[in-house]
Amino acid sequence: MSRRPPAAGRRPLGAVVACAIAIGVIAAQDRPARIISLIPAVTEMLFAIGAGERVVAVSSFDDYPPQVRQLERVGALLDPDLERILALKPDLVVVYASQSDLQRQLGRAGVPTYIYKHAGLAGVVTTLRDLGARTGHQEGAARAIQEIERGMEDVRRRVAGRPKPRTMLVFGREALAIRGVYASGGVGFLHEMLVAAGGENLFADVPREAIQATSELILARAPDVILELRAGEIPQSQLQDEIDTWRRLASLPAVRSNRIYFITDPRTVVPGPRVAQGTELIARALHPEAFR
Amino acid sequence: MIRPIRRRLLLAVAGFGTLAAASILLAPLAGSTSIDLRRAFDTSLPFVENVDAQIFFVARLPRTLAGALVGAALAAAGVVFQGLLRNPLATPFTLGVSAGAALGAMLVITSGWTFGWAGLPAIPIASFAGSVGAVTIVYALARARHGGLSTNVLLLAGVTLNAFFSALILFVQFFADYADLYRMLRWLVGDLDVASYQPILTAVPLLAVAFGVFAWLARPLNLLSLGVDGAETHGIDVRRAQRAAFFSASLATGAAVSIAGPIGFVGIIIPHLVRLIVGADHRVVLPSAALFGAAFLVGCDVLARTLMPPVEVPVGVITAILGGPFFLWLLVRRA
Repeated sequence: MSRRPPAAGRRPLGAVVACAIAIGVIAAQDRPARIISLIPAVTEMLFAIGAGERVVAVSSFDDYPPQVRQLERVGALLDPDLERILALKPDLVVVYASQSDLQRQLGRAGVPTYIYKHAGLAGVVTTLRDLGARTGHQEGAARAIQEIERGMEDVRRRVAGRPKPRTMLVFGREALAIRGVYASGGVGFLHEMLVAAGGENLFADVPREAIQATSELILARAPDVILELRAGEIPQSQLQDEIDTWRRLASLPAVRSNRIYFITDPRTVVPGPRVAQGTELIARALHPEAFR
Repeated sequence: MIRPIRRRLLLAVAGFGTLAAASILLAPLAGSTSIDLRRAFDTSLPFVENVDAQIFFVARLPRTLAGALVGAALAAAGVVFQGLLRNPLATPFTLGVSAGAALGAMLVITSGWTFGWAGLPAIPIASFAGSVGAVTIVYALARARHGGLSTNVLLLAGVTLNAFFSALILFVQFFADYADLYRMLRWLVGDLDVASYQPILTAVPLLAVAFGVFAWLARPLNLLSLGVDGAETHGIDVRRAQRAAFFSASLATGAAVSIAGPIGFVGIIIPHLVRLIVGADHRVVLPSAALFGAAFLVGCDVLARTLMPPVEVPVGVITAILGGPFFLWLLVRRA
């Protein structure tokens, strides 16, 4: 009777609702229930957003949170154990971007992957958000991100306006010698943590994540602070020997003002959900007065 | 006959000695930063405040001296090994000394051991211990077969041990942490930035013993090049000479590697270059190679420090880039 076209809104609306329901169902089915993470930082993130109980296996280097110690180990960056990974029937495997062989093999086996790459502090936030979407833990991800941002903001506020010491951030060195010194260049999350913690990176001008610093370079650049990050604890007796080792470069302001610090806390070296805490540790070393 | 050899020796030592002395004197003047020499030698300034003096005396001078010692040791050890094995392609690393040293260093890096002894850090100690271990094994194998020292067995045992240790090194590396892996690779390339006189002072007595034996070895090595029977007819105690050559050259190599890691090609290019210039008489070749080796490695290290500052090119990469093509040229020339 009427030549009026069908109600403009009704049919599409129905379709939208149907689609939304369908997507919801698919999403629920698609929510990975058996996750394997080959990257410790991502494992931490999965636990931080609330997807921890779905993690069935981790890499050989994982040790946080404590729950992962009971989980199966399936190799790491260089030696992923494909057989064991497949035997665990995962529906999501977190792999590193450079593991192209593994990605291909998992693809052939029809196992979905999440490809991860370290990308500075911003990368931690994006990865948390992506993981939240992928696992259906958007809220948990938002909470974790908020916690990081709040923590970082707090550190930034405390160190704001304070003089920025020129800091050499060392993450590798031969014991008892000034040899094989690896320090953070001007790229990457260590550099960003240092800057956020109110320090000036001694090698900010070097556009690489790591630089091998020779004794001459260190003497010439004359850092105000030497900050060494270590994965393992240093015995008290040895700590003094290590500080004395740096004293060979006697003209360094860091040596003369006794500002050589060792931080042996994994939070400073894992670009995961605890980066704000790691940044705070660095800030406490650089600006102890800001935390009184 | 005596006069010409003396004159040749004098000439060679004067020539190569000047080269070595010049390189050692000039090398500390170059670096990734520019320093004020007058300030560096100004004794009125306290040392702790004098950055130029620190760069000169803590960063540059030790590494120049280390380069000279390591270069001299590797080049002379190369000459001795080539004479002992009567094989022009032998190097100081042919008989597994460096592979043993490398295994020791890798184990320390991966285990995170930080023990030191007499103020020396763990890596040079472990690397020297590793080379002693390798030398002991090779010597035992070479003796077990013959009673004497068969150079063929020595060579085979050394090459096999090299391969076996390399396999062990790969095994250790495979299970190593990612960051440690990088440090291992870096050690294997070789590096002279010692930043202290301690490693040099520790190595000097060992090298002095080795060079003392080298001086005695020159004549026996000349006769050994005639073959074992030829040497015996000249009244040489062949076994003793071989043993002395093997242990002294291994000692020099082990000490050099513990300072700087296994810097390649010095031990093969220099002996051959020197022979091209002064002939084959070990009495001239040995001191010439030591002096020229010192000059060469110090020169390579200057390149390493100044090619792309502030980043340093590993000196082992420079010797390899110069040495690889030279080695090939040598092979083709001999063929």
